[in-house]
Amino acid sequence: MSAPLNGNLVFNVAGKEYVGLDLYRSRGGYSALQRVLQQSPEASIEELKQSGLRGRGGAAFPTAKKIEMVRENAETDRYVICNADEGEPGTFKDRYIITHLTFQLLEGITISAYLAGASKGILYVRHEYWEPQNVLRAAIQEATEAGLLGDNILGSGFSLHLEIFSGAGSYLCGEETALLSSIEGRKGRPRLKPPYPTQQGLWDKPTLINNVETLSNIPMILKNGAEWYRSLGTSDSHGTKLISLSGDIQKRGLVEVPFGITFREIIETYGGGAKPGRSIKAVNIGGASGVLVPPEMLDTPLEYGACAKAGITIGSGAVFVLDDTRSILDNVHNRTRFFLHESCGKCTPCREGLRQTHAIIHKLMDGSATPQDVDRLERYTDAMQHASFCGLGTAAGNSLSSSLHYYRDEYLDHCAKEDASSDREEIA
Amino acid sequence: MGNVNITLNGKTLSVPSDISIMEAAKQNGILIPSLCNHPDQKVKANCRVCVVEVEGSKNLVASCSTKVAEGMNVTTNSPKVRDTVRTIVELILADHPQDCLTCIRSGNCELRQLAARLGMKDVQGEKTQNLLPLDLSTTALVRDPNKCIKCGRCAEVCHHIQEVGILYSHNRSTDIGVSPEYGKKLSDVGCVLCGQCVLACPVGAIYEKDDIDKVWDALNDPKKHVVVQVAPSVRVSIAEEFGQEPGTISIEKLVSSLRLLGFDKVFDTDFTADLTIIEEGNELLHRLKTGGVLPMMTSCSPGWIKYIEHYYPELLPHVSSCKSPQQMFGAVAKTYYAQAGGVAPEDMFVVSIMPCTAKKFEANRPEMCDSGYQDVDAVLTTRELGRMLKQGGVDFNNLPDGQFDDPLGKSTGAAAIFGATGGVMEAALRTVYEVVTGETLQKLEFEDVRGMEGVKESTVDLGGTKVNVAVAHGLAHAKKICESIKNGEADYTFIEVMCCPGGCIGGGGQSYGTTNEIRQKRINALYEVDANMPIRKSHENPAITQIYAEFLKEPLGEKSHHLLHTKYTNRGI
Amino acid sequence: MSTAEVYEIVHRLGLEKAPLLQVLLAVQEASPHKYISEEAVNEIARLQKVSRCRVYSTASFYSEISLKPRGFHLIRVCSNAPCENAGRGEIQKAVQEELGISIGETTQDGIFSLESVNCLGACYKSPAIKIDHEVYGDLTPEGAVAIIRRMREVFKNERTA
Repeated sequence: MSAPLNGNLVFNVAGKEYVGLDLYRSRGGYSALQRVLQQSPEASIEELKQSGLRGRGGAAFPTAKKIEMVRENAETDRYVICNADEGEPGTFKDRYIITHLTFQLLEGITISAYLAGASKGILYVRHEYWEPQNVLRAAIQEATEAGLLGDNILGSGFSLHLEIFSGAGSYLCGEETALLSSIEGRKGRPRLKPPYPTQQGLWDKPTLINNVETLSNIPMILKNGAEWYRSLGTSDSHGTKLISLSGDIQKRGLVEVPFGITFREIIETYGGGAKPGRSIKAVNIGGASGVLVPPEMLDTPLEYGACAKAGITIGSGAVFVLDDTRSILDNVHNRTRFFLHESCGKCTPCREGLRQTHAIIHKLMDGSATPQDVDRLERYTDAMQHASFCGLGTAAGNSLSSSLHYYRDEYLDHCAKEDASSDREEIA
Repeated sequence: MGNVNITLNGKTLSVPSDISIMEAAKQNGILIPSLCNHPDQKVKANCRVCVVEVEGSKNLVASCSTKVAEGMNVTTNSPKVRDTVRTIVELILADHPQDCLTCIRSGNCELRQLAARLGMKDVQGEKTQNLLPLDLSTTALVRDPNKCIKCGRCAEVCHHIQEVGILYSHNRSTDIGVSPEYGKKLSDVGCVLCGQCVLACPVGAIYEKDDIDKVWDALNDPKKHVVVQVAPSVRVSIAEEFGQEPGTISIEKLVSSLRLLGFDKVFDTDFTADLTIIEEGNELLHRLKTGGVLPMMTSCSPGWIKYIEHYYPELLPHVSSCKSPQQMFGAVAKTYYAQAGGVAPEDMFVVSIMPCTAKKFEANRPEMCDSGYQDVDAVLTTRELGRMLKQGGVDFNNLPDGQFDDPLGKSTGAAAIFGATGGVMEAALRTVYEVVTGETLQKLEFEDVRGMEGVKESTVDLGGTKVNVAVAHGLAHAKKICESIKNGEADYTFIEVMCCPGGCIGGGGQSYGTTNEIRQKRINALYEVDANMPIRKSHENPAITQIYAEFLKEPLGEKSHHLLHTKYTNRGI
Repeated sequence: MSTAEVYEIVHRLGLEKAPLLQVLLAVQEASPHKYISEEAVNEIARLQKVSRCRVYSTASFYSEISLKPRGFHLIRVCSNAPCENAGRGEIQKAVQEELGISIGETTQDGIFSLESVNCLGACYKSPAIKIDHEVYGDLTPEGAVAIIRRMREVFKNERTA
C-alpha cells in the first residue's frame, strides 16, 4: 500500500515548518481540547480506545487503557509525564515534534492529564536536547498566557501546571521506572514492577507516562475522530508512525507513514533507496534495541502483528540502512558498546553479560576469537535476554541474538583459523 | 488474605496469597538460591540467580520479587532455568578472583557454596579490569573491591538500616563500585566500623581485620602473661561457629576452649560490666543531684561513640564518661590484677573476645592507656575465635566444663544481659532503684526495655520520683534520639544506645548468617543466663565490693576517674 | 565553586526543595569548568539533607554530569552507528589532532574538553558533534576543525577584551 509523499496525516512533517500557536489554532488546534473539556472523560477515553492508539515509544501499550488504569485509583493526587528522553540511536522524531509541533504536543499532554485526572505534569527532556527544552519553556509560557495551561484552562475549572525536568545523560532514563527514579533524585536505575507507575509512580502517586509521539497523536484523533484514524493504517495497527530514516540511503530524514506499508517501500519511496551503485546489506530496525535484518525481510509490513511474527521490533521506529560496504560485526560492536555504556549495572546478566560479550566481539574483530567463543557469546546472550532486570538487558540480548540468527556466518568468518592448523599438528 | 493454588514443579499446592515464589517454594521443600536476597532487607532482585520459569511469561522471572498468583505454574529446575542460572554464576565468577582456597570466606562464602551447589565445572570468561587496591586504612575492617559481586547488601545496610550512609554504589555499568565517595578509604569518611556491612556481605569483599596471629604470637612468647576477657554476647554465640543452633549457651565450654589455647588466665568482661554499672549509676545520680547534663547516654558501644563523635559532636556532653567494660577491664587488669597476681604490667598481654568489630578501633584509641600501657592489646571477634580454635584443633563441642578465674571472673545476671538491647538499661535500673530507694527490687525484669523495637521507652518509679528512660538500637534509631535531643523534644533522663540492631549480640563480629530472627534467639539465651545466675544485681557482686575496698576506694573517686573514665573526640565529617 | 556560591545558586534559582538531579545540573551549568566540585557535593548534601555519598553516587551515574573540571567548551562526538558510518572516525581524528588531546581529556589551555556521547538525535545530518548546547551536523573533518578554530578565536578575544 503506497502512501502520499507529502501528506499531512497526523503530523505535519514534510513541511518542516515551525507551527506556532496562532498557526496551530488556525488549523483547528486546541479544538480537541475544547471538545474534551465539554464532554465526559469517559466519552473521550472511549473515542481513544476506538482509535486503537498504542504507545509509540517502543512498548506499544494501548494508550486509552493506560489512562483508565490511572483513573481507577482512589488517590486523586496524580501526575502526567511526557517522556521526551529520546535516546534510541537512530531516532529523532520526538526532537522534531518538540521543536516544530510544540503545541500539538502540549495539547496532547493537557488532554491526557484531564482524562487521567492529573493536575501536575512533567516533561522529562533529555539533557542533550537543550534547544528543544528552550522551545518548550517558551511554548508553555505562551500557552499559559493564552489560558491553555495553568489555572482554569479555557474557563473549565481544570488546572494543569507543567514543569520541564532535564535528564542528565542516561539512555535508561527513557524506561519509565528509571525515569521516575531520576526525577526523584536518585540514580536512573529501574524499579520493580509491580507496582506499576499507573498505581504507584512519581512520589508513589498514580502517574501516566507517555511518549512524545503518542501524546501528539491524541489531539488529532479527538479532532478528526476515531473513524478517521482507523482509516489510516490497517485493521491490525491503526494510524501512522513517524519513521526516522538514516544510513546508506539517498534521503535521510523524518517521514510519516501509515501502518501497513512495507519496510522496503519506506526505504525506496521515502529514502530513495540505496546510494548509486550500492545494494542494501542489512537494515537495523528499532535502533540499538532493535534487530538487524537481511533484505529478504524488508517486505514485512510495518504492523505490530506482522512484525511480531517476523521477529522485528518496531520500537521507536528508527530505520537505519547498511549497504554492501558495511561490516555487520562493526554494527554489532557499535550497538554492544552503546549498551555497555548505558547499562545501569544493577543486575548481573546485563552488566556482566555485556562485559563478556563486548570482550568477545573485540576478539572477533581482531581475529583472535574461536568458534567456542561464539558459543559462549550465544549463552551469555541467552542469559541477558531471559534473566535481566529490565528492558535494556533484554533488548541488548535480543539485538545480539537476532544478529547471530541471521549473520552467524559473519561471526564464524571472523574466528581465528588456528584451530584447524593445531588439529593438523596433533595428527602429524 | 487467603490462599491461592499454584503448581510448583508439577505439584499442585495451596499457599498464602501474599508471598513471593521464593517463599512459597521454601515452604514446600525447594530452596531457590540467591545472592542478593536478605530476610531483613528490601527485595533487590539484582543477582538474578533466583530466576524461575513461569508459564505464560516469555522471560524468566525473579522468584524473590514476584508474588504468587492463582493458577501460576512455576518450574524451578527446568533445563532452561538451570542453564541460565549456571551462566549467570559463570558471569559472576568470570570477574571474581579465583583464590577461594586462601580467602577468608572460604569456609562460608555464599558464592562458592552456590557454585558448588550448581555443579559448576568450568569458569570461562575474560578478565577485563585491573586489580583494585585493598582498603586497609582502619584497624577494624578490610575492603577488597575485587571480590565485590555488586549485590548491594552492604550499601542497603549502611544507608537504610544503620543510616550512616558511607558506602554506596557509584558510577554505572561495569564501572560500578560500592565504596565511599571519591574512592576514599574508610578512615577518610565517617565510617563507624560497626561491621554490619561485613555481616551482610555474601563473599569476601569486606571483612574484619584478622588479629589471630597477633594473639598466637603472644601466647607463644614465654615472656608474656596472656589474659583473655570474654564479652557477654560471646557465651551465647560462639557455639554457632561449631554448627550449634543460635542461642546455644556454652559458657563453660568457652572457658575450657580458651584454656586449651593456652591463655594464662581466663577472665570475664561481665565482671567489668558490673563495674560499669556501679560507675555509671553513680555518675547518673551525680548528674541528677548537681544539675549535670541530661539526658545521659550510655557509652559502652564503640560504634555508637564513633557515630556521635562524627555526626553529633555537640551532644558529646550527654554521653557518660564511663569507659566500656572492655576498656575498664584492660585498665584494671594491668593495675589491680597485675598487683594481685604479681605480674609486671609490661609483660601482660590483654586479649578480648568480642561480638564487635568497632572494639578493635576502641582498643587502639590513643587515650586508652591509663594503666601506663595499651590497656587492651588485641581484640578478636567471635568469628576470629572460631577460626583460631579450629586452627588450634580444639574440639569445641566435646569439651569439659571450665570456670572463669578470679579476681576478674565473677559476675552477675545484670552483666550477662549487657549484650541484649535494653540490657545495660535494665542492669542499671536494678542497681539505681535499690540505691535511690533503699528498698529491695521485687521484680528484676524490666519488660518495657526488652525486645527488638527500634526505640523503647519506659517510666520508672524510683520511690516517688518518676524517671523517663529510653533504649535505642541500630544507628537509625540512635539518630532519631539525637535529633530529638537537639530539638529539645527528648523528655528522658537516661538513654541506652547500642550501635547494632539487637544490641551487641547482633554485632559486626558475630557469625555469618545473622538475621533478626537469630538475634532474637541470642537475646532470649542471654535472659536465660541471667535468670539462672545466683546473683543478678551488679552491686551485689562480692568481687566488685572487693575491688572497691582494696583498690578503687569509691565510685567516681580519684582512682576510678583515672582508670575507668575517658574523654571523647570531635571528629566531624 | 565555593560552598557560598553553591548556596547562592540554589537559593537564587528557587531550588531549595528541588529534586537532587536538577540541583546538580544547575550547579554544574553555573560552574565555569562545567563540573561539580567536592565542596559543591558537600554543600548540596547539606542542603538536601542526604549523605555526601548519596549525592556523589547520583552525580557519578549520569554521563552529562562531571565530577572533574572540564574545559570551558565541551566538544562531544556522537559515536553511534549512524554517525559512525557517516564518518565519525575521520572527524574525531581531525579534532583530536587539532586540539592535541584524546577523548576524555582537556586541552592544556583549558579551553576545550573532548568527550564521546551517545546518539544526539541528529542522525539525519550525521556525522554530528555537539559543542556546548549546539549540534553541528553534515560535518567534514575540515568543517569541524574550522568551527573549533573560530571558537578558540572568539574565546581568546573575549578574554583579552
